[in-house]
Amino acid sequence: MSGWSTHKGRAVALPIDNIDTDQLIPARFMSAPRSDGYGQYLLHDLRDTLPDMSGASILIAGRNFGCGSSREAAIYALVDFGIRAVLAPGFGDIFAANAVNNGLLPARCSPDALRRLAGHMPGNLAIDLKGRKIELGETSLSFDLDPVWQQKLIEGWDDIDLTGQHSRSIDAFGEAYMRKTPWAIPAPEAHQ
Amino acid sequence: MNRPLTLFDKVWNRHEILQGADGASLLWVDRHLVHEGSHHAFRKLDERGLTVAEPSLTFGVVDHYAPTRSRDRITDPDIRRMISTLTDNTQRHGIRCFGLNDPAQGIVHVVGPEQGLTLPGLLINCGDSHTSTHGAFGAIAFGIGATEVAHVLATQTVWQTRPKGMRIRIEGALGPGVGAKDIALGWIADLGSDGARGHAIEYAGPVVEALSMEGRMTLCNLSIEGGARCGMIAADAVTLNYLKGRPFAPRDAGWDEAAETWLDLASDKDAKFDREVVLDAAAIAPVVTWGTSPEDAVPITGRVPTPGNESENAGIRDAIDYMGLTPGRPLAGTPVDQVFIGSCTNARIEDLRAAAAVLSGRHAKVPGIVSPGSALVKAQAEQEGLDRIFIEAGLDWVASGCSMCVGMNGDTVAPGKRCASTTNRNFKGRQGKGARTHLMSPAMVAAAAVHGALADVRPLLEGRDWA
Repeated sequence: MSGWSTHKGRAVALPIDNIDTDQLIPARFMSAPRSDGYGQYLLHDLRDTLPDMSGASILIAGRNFGCGSSREAAIYALVDFGIRAVLAPGFGDIFAANAVNNGLLPARCSPDALRRLAGHMPGNLAIDLKGRKIELGETSLSFDLDPVWQQKLIEGWDDIDLTGQHSRSIDAFGEAYMRKTPWAIPAPEAHQ
Repeated sequence: MNRPLTLFDKVWNRHEILQGADGASLLWVDRHLVHEGSHHAFRKLDERGLTVAEPSLTFGVVDHYAPTRSRDRITDPDIRRMISTLTDNTQRHGIRCFGLNDPAQGIVHVVGPEQGLTLPGLLINCGDSHTSTHGAFGAIAFGIGATEVAHVLATQTVWQTRPKGMRIRIEGALGPGVGAKDIALGWIADLGSDGARGHAIEYAGPVVEALSMEGRMTLCNLSIEGGARCGMIAADAVTLNYLKGRPFAPRDAGWDEAAETWLDLASDKDAKFDREVVLDAAAIAPVVTWGTSPEDAVPITGRVPTPGNESENAGIRDAIDYMGLTPGRPLAGTPVDQVFIGSCTNARIEDLRAAAAVLSGRHAKVPGIVSPGSALVKAQAEQEGLDRIFIEAGLDWVASGCSMCVGMNGDTVAPGKRCASTTNRNFKGRQGKGARTHLMSPAMVAAAAVHGALADVRPLLEGRDWA
């Protein structure tokens, strides 16, 4: 995954609260291999009721975006469609973690700022990930993002690689832990 | 004296391998549960040529795509492939898998506790948001996405930033016909479906102490619907009684040592929470949802809301529209087309007993499915004669799986049809494209079946034993 620090693109407003992951990708599409491309499934059953999203790379959304199931397929649908950032007052916790793991920015903004911004949409926005700022022409607004996630997005870090640097600590911990906490190891299966 | 700690703090601290400069912690994972949906993660592992770090701490369960009928001849090639991919992946990596024909197969969040894989003090991950269920035993248990599943498979660890602490105390005593599902939907309606975002919840107080393990699991299961990172309940005698003798639970001297440690994990008396919420059990009535988010919940004696014309009410209008309801009308009496009793939220033995207590000697006016949470729950229910009650009432008694909660196995609600359901999500299209879902407890679903409409279960319980 490659990192990024700035992005300019077309933004579309979907000012709807609680867009859950079942709406982002209905369950019936989840057996498809990723190589098929998941963009075609994004908001599949809702498309007719939504503004035209073609060419969009930024979404401005309502409260609690991405609540619900842990399906990372919801992120694949957004990313494969071409979305790079979602601006919302808040996100489902698991969704936000999944987003960052796929280079998608979950930017938390105040509801008022988003309402003002949505009034200018569709339109072009510039995102400055390092400065945590969104620019519309001359005006700019700031967004919140966990600093750990900010750095991960900028560097394009992969957790498995990062964790690999700690493999000795993990091995030592695991060994000591299992010695100290033998009951945490599943007992040999007893048949009832 | 040391700072007083919460249950969550104590369990977290036992698992912290290290803390990065940025504040995120690397945590040891005791149990990793995988299911058919984990195929993306296994593929990621294969692409990097990695193996599973701790196969003996990893368990597979076939549930999301498990057919509830005609298991020996699955005709849908996608479903067949999803199931065989999991069995192949687990076999290849030396992981014990509860496959379709295993006598202990079931929904992952039913099987884990039932097998004694879920224990107090553990850290449990699964690529499923309802992993919060396992917190009922005093474990830290939370759902993760496919990238994190691959990370846990490869390293047996997970990165997390420590969530804030929140305690929900439930005081008083529940009335008849009111249970854990009503408590959960009630607080989610009060605080919102993002009300507990960024928090680990501990449920406490006399009502929680009096709940069975089944009720505690329902309560913790729904934590995610209020946006919480996880839900927990301190282990006590109820927990120990449930776990003792389970197939993977500690035995003999190991049990005694474990039990002593588990009881010590309870929150210290003066432990501080970032947020405290207190609920009065006596004020809780049987609850149903009217809309398309679990926060859209009201007592069955309530009405569909009447939204104004302001733009902030657009969501309410849209939900009422999708659900085919009329603003301001009482919810009781709304005709339903079908019922569903099942899912990781409400398909354990006590849930089936509660539904059967209402249905016994009565007939369902609408069709419906009863899918027990596991093959073992099914066998126990049959031993108790509950299957006869459901079948004689006119409902279908089928095998175990996620079934109509998420519809991946083909058990779906048709477009525009209204279903009274014991599940966890009334999202648009959750039970099938265009399906209309009303969430409620098993007893309330049974009442809806008897009346063919949303109904208050309490009058139907008069003169009957309420579990």
